[in-house]
Amino acid sequence: MLEIRSKREVAPRIFEMIVHAPRIAAKAMPGHFVIAMPDEVGERIPLTIADYDREAGTVTLVLMTVGVSSTKLSRLETGDSLYALIGPLGNPSEMENFGTVVLVAGGVGTAPVYPIAKMLHEIGNKVIVIQGARTKDLLFWVDKMAAVCDEHIVCTDDGTFGREARVTDPLKEILEARKDEIGCVWTIGPAIMMKFCALTTAPFGVKTVASLNTIMIDGTGMCGGCRCTIGGQTRFVCCEGPEFDAHQIEWDSILKRQQQFKCQEKCSMDRYVEIWKEEENK
Amino acid sequence: MKNINEIQPTRTPMREQDPKVRARNFQEVPFGYSVEEARQEAARCLNCPRPLCVTGCPVNVNIPEFVALIDQGDFAGAARAIKKTSALPAVCGRVCPQESQCESKCILGRKFEPLAIGRLERFAADYERENNLVQIPEKAPATGKKVAVIGSGPAGLTVAGDLILRGHEVVVFEAFHQAGGVLMYGIPEFRLPKDIVQKEVHYLEELGVQFELNQVGGRSVDVRELLEKEGFDAVFLGVGAGLPSFMPIPGTELGNVYSANEYLTRSNLMKAYRFPEYDTPIAVGKNVCVIGGGNVAMDAARTALRLGAETVKIVYRRSEEELPARAEEVHHAKEEGVEFKLLTNPISLQGDENGIIKSITCVQMELGEPDATGRRSPVKIEGSEFTFETDLVIFAVGTGANPIITQSVEGLELNKRGYIVADENGRTSIDGVWAGGDIVTGAATVIKAMGAGRQAAKDMHEWLMNK
Repeated sequence: MLEIRSKREVAPRIFEMIVHAPRIAAKAMPGHFVIAMPDEVGERIPLTIADYDREAGTVTLVLMTVGVSSTKLSRLETGDSLYALIGPLGNPSEMENFGTVVLVAGGVGTAPVYPIAKMLHEIGNKVIVIQGARTKDLLFWVDKMAAVCDEHIVCTDDGTFGREARVTDPLKEILEARKDEIGCVWTIGPAIMMKFCALTTAPFGVKTVASLNTIMIDGTGMCGGCRCTIGGQTRFVCCEGPEFDAHQIEWDSILKRQQQFKCQEKCSMDRYVEIWKEEENK
Repeated sequence: MKNINEIQPTRTPMREQDPKVRARNFQEVPFGYSVEEARQEAARCLNCPRPLCVTGCPVNVNIPEFVALIDQGDFAGAARAIKKTSALPAVCGRVCPQESQCESKCILGRKFEPLAIGRLERFAADYERENNLVQIPEKAPATGKKVAVIGSGPAGLTVAGDLILRGHEVVVFEAFHQAGGVLMYGIPEFRLPKDIVQKEVHYLEELGVQFELNQVGGRSVDVRELLEKEGFDAVFLGVGAGLPSFMPIPGTELGNVYSANEYLTRSNLMKAYRFPEYDTPIAVGKNVCVIGGGNVAMDAARTALRLGAETVKIVYRRSEEELPARAEEVHHAKEEGVEFKLLTNPISLQGDENGIIKSITCVQMELGEPDATGRRSPVKIEGSEFTFETDLVIFAVGTGANPIITQSVEGLELNKRGYIVADENGRTSIDGVWAGGDIVTGAATVIKAMGAGRQAAKDMHEWLMNK
């Protein structure tokens, strides 16, 4: 159980892992997330489910290495097992036939957008995906995404692939041109990008959903670490989310809360860099 | 019965770490009785013909029996006597509020100090375990019935222990990566060493209980599927308390503002107190504020001290008399240097430019008329606002019901606060599903959850045998 069936680096520092977890695969839906622990002393970190195969009993996870936990996960190889994987957690995306939907995927957010786009497409929506990254090298799953949408707009900040634009530029153009067709907008990616997508869609009054990836421990509604303020109310991402109305989210406190362990994270990472260096020298 | 005049009037003291030393380490505070001390204390028992202490125990441990065995020097026998009715003696001896249960009924207490039943229970369990004298009792013949227990806290472990002895197959599903529930994530190491919890869990495994870790009731485990597809005959829900409460004041979303659940889970279960050896971080405050006056608040305050805080304040809106924490916990906290700001209530939290807590504003309170609970309700004194610096705030003001399991089981009746409705035997509105512990009562104690588990297990057994 929890054996890594395949692992590959789909872009620098971005890893795709297919993990054997039949109980999770059996119940996974687009929008769900899992909590992963690389080893016994590791943190519990939330990762959105990027794909699942019920027959094979596998779930696909995509992660970018930023700190100790994600780096530890990325160092596991095919055939290794995760120490723990818990899920599916959270609520699945609320999907219906909206007519036309726009999904904005930024960076690693491409992974969780994929199963949502796929299912929205399957149930008859016209799906427009705006996929963005800083530069060409950081783009992944471009073909995979193209296969599940009707329009696929790829942009990079530096123009090395697709349009030279921020994801909010095509988003704004689409809304200006055909606001009445658009039933819903999804935005998944870095919090700062989701914030600007919400600001872009707000004047058009189009329903906009963001998937939050906050700090969590248990992920089952016990610790309260994932709380955020939505529409003036304290809400819990793990059991009430992870998707919320992007126009109601108080983004600035979310952005700040993400930084609260910055010093400890650096201290921990520096320590492991030394440990891993020593291991390699042996 | 013994002649009361020959009895030592005071309890045999239990040695403990010096407050100054222990406030900076995570080792257990009391050392426990030696063999001599235990026998000295056990000799104080009057052996009443109608022992009231037993009626004060939610799981009715035969107290005179085990105390007499200690008196006679049969320490392992004493542990086994307790285990006839309690699955977790080493835990209960440490964390039960004996002063309001068994010890409050002790006849000795009318004239002298009551018998130190909790300390003796702890001694017996520790003696048996530390000397490798734990025996696996004989189980009833297999019944062919299969029971699922969701949650491995005190209620779930009790149900599992009781039903496995009665010959049923028992599978426990636990959401975390280690079994024990609140005993692992909530109660700190210095009050309940985690090794002891794991040994109690291991004892149940040896009895044949199967533990499935990382399984979340209502998510990866579905109650209806367990009953209808996976061959289980009955289910017990012991999923514990849920979402932590925060006060409706500005600033609770700031960095370094925690719920006690989060703070304690980081330190206890994730072992953040050993960071960076363990990867999970925790904020180490210099001047820490804990809001609330219950046992959880004391645990959080004492944890903050041990992590290195210079000052730790308990902020509580009523007076010392109303503190809901056990007297012993308050005493320990004070000895270690926790300050009590009583009749004080926070009204807002202020952050710095990075969104990290920097100060707290409170008001002074006075006690007014008694409220529905009979306690005098605190009333704000106008114009008494004051602000002081703090770099870590922990809210220990209670929890609500966890919505995950309760909302995922169709037809499960809940009360208006979201807790599961269960009768005195733990039966819920669904045939074959029982519930007990905090998910029924709201936040309570370890032993009350065990009591609920005991009652449910008895009823489940009868139901299973008639099915």
